[in-house]
Amino acid sequence: MIITLPWLKEHLKTKANESEIINQLTNIGLEVESLRENSGELGEFKIAKIIKAEKHPNADKLKVCEVSLGGKETLQVVCGAPNARDGLITIYAPPGATIPKNKFKLKIAKIRGIESKGMLCSENELNLSSESEGIIELINKENDVGQSYFKSKSEKAIDISITPNRADCLGIRGIARDLSSSGIGKLISIKKKKFKQNVKHLIKTSITKDKNQGCMTFGSCYIRNISNKESPKWLKDKLIALGLKPITAVVDITNYVMFDLNRPLHAYDSDKIDSEIIVRDAKDGEEFQALDNKKYKLKKGMCVISDKSSILGLGGIIGGTKTSTELETKNVLLESAYFLPTSIRKTARELSINTDAKYRFERGIDPNSIIEGLEIATELILRICGGEASKFVITGKNSQKNKIIKFAIDNFENLIGIPISTNEAYKILTSLGFKCKKNKKDLTIEIPSWRPDISKDVDIIEELIRIKGFNNIKLIQPERKRDQETLNFKQKLFHLSQRSFASKGYLETVTWSFTDSKVDKQFSKGEKEISILNPISSDLDVLRRSILSNLAIHLKKNQDRGYEDISLFEIGPTFFGNTPGEQQVVIGGLKSGKVSRKSWIEKERNVDVFDIKSDVIKSLIELGVPEKDLYVSDNTKNCYHPGRSGSINLKSEKGPHLAYFGEIHPAITKKLDYKEPNIFGLEIFLKNIPEPNRKNRQTKKSFQASDFQKSERDFAFIIDKIFKIGLLENIIRNIDTSIIQNVTTFDVYEGDNIPKDKKSVAINITLQAANKTLSEQDLDQISKKIIDVVKEKTGATIRS
Amino acid sequence: MSELDKISSIFDAKIGSAKSKEDLQNLKTEFFGKNGKITQQFKTLASLDPQKRKEFASNLNKIKDDLTNQLEEKSSEIENIEINQKLKNEKVDITLPVRPYQQGKIHPVSQVIDEISSIFSEIGFSVAEGPDVETEYNNFTALNTPEDHPARDMHDTFYLDENKKILLRTHTSPVQIRAMLNGKPPFKIIVPGRTYRCDSDQTHAPMFHQLEGLHIDKNITMGHLKGCLDYFVKEFFEVKKIKMRFRPSHFPFTEPSAEVDIGYRIENDKIVIGEGDKWLEVLGCGMVHPNVLKNAKVDSKKYQGFAFGMGIDRLAMLKYGINDLRAFFETDYRWLSHFGFDPLDVPTNYRGLSK
Repeated sequence: MIITLPWLKEHLKTKANESEIINQLTNIGLEVESLRENSGELGEFKIAKIIKAEKHPNADKLKVCEVSLGGKETLQVVCGAPNARDGLITIYAPPGATIPKNKFKLKIAKIRGIESKGMLCSENELNLSSESEGIIELINKENDVGQSYFKSKSEKAIDISITPNRADCLGIRGIARDLSSSGIGKLISIKKKKFKQNVKHLIKTSITKDKNQGCMTFGSCYIRNISNKESPKWLKDKLIALGLKPITAVVDITNYVMFDLNRPLHAYDSDKIDSEIIVRDAKDGEEFQALDNKKYKLKKGMCVISDKSSILGLGGIIGGTKTSTELETKNVLLESAYFLPTSIRKTARELSINTDAKYRFERGIDPNSIIEGLEIATELILRICGGEASKFVITGKNSQKNKIIKFAIDNFENLIGIPISTNEAYKILTSLGFKCKKNKKDLTIEIPSWRPDISKDVDIIEELIRIKGFNNIKLIQPERKRDQETLNFKQKLFHLSQRSFASKGYLETVTWSFTDSKVDKQFSKGEKEISILNPISSDLDVLRRSILSNLAIHLKKNQDRGYEDISLFEIGPTFFGNTPGEQQVVIGGLKSGKVSRKSWIEKERNVDVFDIKSDVIKSLIELGVPEKDLYVSDNTKNCYHPGRSGSINLKSEKGPHLAYFGEIHPAITKKLDYKEPNIFGLEIFLKNIPEPNRKNRQTKKSFQASDFQKSERDFAFIIDKIFKIGLLENIIRNIDTSIIQNVTTFDVYEGDNIPKDKKSVAINITLQAANKTLSEQDLDQISKKIIDVVKEKTGATIRS
Repeated sequence: MSELDKISSIFDAKIGSAKSKEDLQNLKTEFFGKNGKITQQFKTLASLDPQKRKEFASNLNKIKDDLTNQLEEKSSEIENIEINQKLKNEKVDITLPVRPYQQGKIHPVSQVIDEISSIFSEIGFSVAEGPDVETEYNNFTALNTPEDHPARDMHDTFYLDENKKILLRTHTSPVQIRAMLNGKPPFKIIVPGRTYRCDSDQTHAPMFHQLEGLHIDKNITMGHLKGCLDYFVKEFFEVKKIKMRFRPSHFPFTEPSAEVDIGYRIENDKIVIGEGDKWLEVLGCGMVHPNVLKNAKVDSKKYQGFAFGMGIDRLAMLKYGINDLRAFFETDYRWLSHFGFDPLDVPTNYRGLSK
């Protein structure tokens, strides 16, 4: 909502200066978004004539225009508007000017190789309207070429952001009322000028009794024999200051009343109305040509104003071309109606129309302002255009009864924390237009018809504290006290895993919860695809089923930027259904490229599956899973290389699934076209990480270490090629846990001297007893036992 | 000059010119070997008369000790020279690069969530969560958002079904409803989380992060709300004093509602938070609307309280001078390395939030 100070001061008697008023507006909840000079900047925008418009040699949709500002010389301007043509009078912005809409400062530029000095503007670019198709077409302005378009030295425009509940402040008077209530001035009462109403109202009006009728009241005045014209300077200046384009006096007057009193009106050329006005429900498929030069196809449930033969307007939203007023219009029908917000909103949304009237009606116009609107606008039309007016005819519900609330004054202090006196509350509410009666401990409050937002005690409390001032609320220091744990176990895990992976060289990233279905398909395990009804783009069309999908997309982008040896991780939700809660938290990581690329000291090598396995295992241990409980198997899923990937479960193959890790399937890296296809991934499922038993956590086992000499023995077993070394190590570990302290595989060999289906595994075993130093004899004995048990359980022989 | 003095002076001359361990060994043999000069002297002891023997033996032992010490000293001297020589040959160029390593980082959003959690933990809030996929009821209706509110438009909300009953939450506020329905008052929670809006341009991302706060108890007033946010803003921006203003606003789920601005100024192209004559909006808040309490089955005659919501990404941008919101989600290796935090840099109350 834009206002100017002089206009505001027509309603508010005040000595306050500009900055006091701006501050106070913000303080009472009418936030000032910007304050801008109108004339200074806009003086540069000149009326110009296109002498010649030719097709741009290098672009089909652009034209090269020769533009005259009235002098002998012409300017060359490149323009993309379809309506740029020879002889058109339009508005020209020179280099250095700032376009009001996007605040873009113009420079001399080469567009597709042709120099362009400045630009030709659309109404939208100048904030004149939302019309952005093509440049402005000025009519009868041939003689003004070269002059500034925004001639008047208009006032500063104050742009106020009005919250959706404050429909009453979409008129300047409403804003003045709020300001006066806050003590910054006095609301001036409206002086209505009398006029004669002795002509017969020639147009019959009716509202049909449709189900869901969107119009409650339709008031009108018939005015004949006017001479419509360009508006007088005072009126044009007012509208231009708000960023509007003056049209003709009749239209300008309706706009003026709308911005002044928040009372939208509409004027019909009554000679074009076919006998009568019928406010009715549209029929499915009915067509209507609106003033924005678009044809709309209507649906049942949309409230239309029609005559006997066709639709004249969408009630409260936009008028039609059929009955639009022009300079030649002689007789008008002036409409002042009340349309239901829900109906307006629904229709406008379905047709995607936004107008100043729609904006106001959908928020709620004062239903009791119909007559006032007719009075003020009719008087203005008679004054400016002459003519004679009829009596007002009101069809439908005549007026709405005001709501009444009984408000206990103590409720204010209970919610806000500071008291208010009955007198102060009375004063504030009365100045806002509420009618109050003081009782002992409460107020009986009648809510004015322009405040549809007020219906409860809290609404009244909000009005009171808003005007009294939020800065008067005394703040109460919070108590530094904690009765409940800040984080639960899963939340602690979340935070810990972030730090755990970052400390292993992974960069944490946050990506969107949605992704490209084509990529997600590669990484999912066949969970149901969850598509978004209205995605922002077709490559962000589904909720991710795998945490790897977005990482894969972004890894590629980084590789394309030349970063190939990187590790990324994200911890966040993946989805397996579209019911709330069908999601789980997963840690995902990708690692690509080489280790020690181009190092003077280390030998360069490819990242391999044991790098990613090591990261997964270390992190799981850091997250509190004991190493002995990590059961590694080669169970895998499709997105991984079938031979170089695996799973980790808790305790056994059937235990809760903790993680996947492995090389990304070469078919995927090929499909996604990676520069560096050596990529490894990991997924850890946080929900399956067990919460440690509190007792175990608090009482660690007592510390025991042997003081006796430890010994090491190396063994080389010849074993079946397919036998898993992890299992072999476990078998050895369990032979005698009191003596076998550590088992490590230090070599695996296949090839010469070893049978084809066998491999040689070299294992180092640390032996140590708690009660004595092991003798040669003891060592021989345990070695023999190891060899025997391994042979028995695996068929392996010792390599001689 | 006695025989012993002669031996001593010969030794002195020779040890002075000894250069290596080998020279020393030779010297040792010459004096202490089987036929060494000192050994020889000991052999004469037996032939001396007792009176003379005692005196001579004492002198001889003194000289023996003296020469032995000198040999040892010389020996370690030579050893040092040899070691130094050896070490000199082992010198490497210490300015060569270290073994390659990757430096991991924590995303600024995660870091700021940790900071905020730490701040609110201090005054007794605990962290609650809710699902990203929500019902239209929890996201709008229960939060007192009218049936035809513009926020429900397809332009603003991502829907997952044709009937518009299932959506991606547009704010973290539905977790208020979930928390209240699942527990008994008092409630004192913060809710960090992902939120979604159908909006994508330079300053809007289709996904962003919000932090919701809810404190419901008996007698919680707007004074408590002011105190809580005043504490938070000072702690978060790590300043002692801060200019702050509560400005009336409107949200369907709170009444009265306010937006909170903090003062700032620009100094050397950098934003200085806390003072100055410019205002910056940082969060929205208000007293929970009685309709919301009713929908969440909380007795609004007994209980009342406040709620607030803030943009986590925006707070991160302000505190750490990050300009572009979109970059948060683009996973650019360079950006993550530049704005990310060291994993050991864990925000805590006792150590301080940031380095």
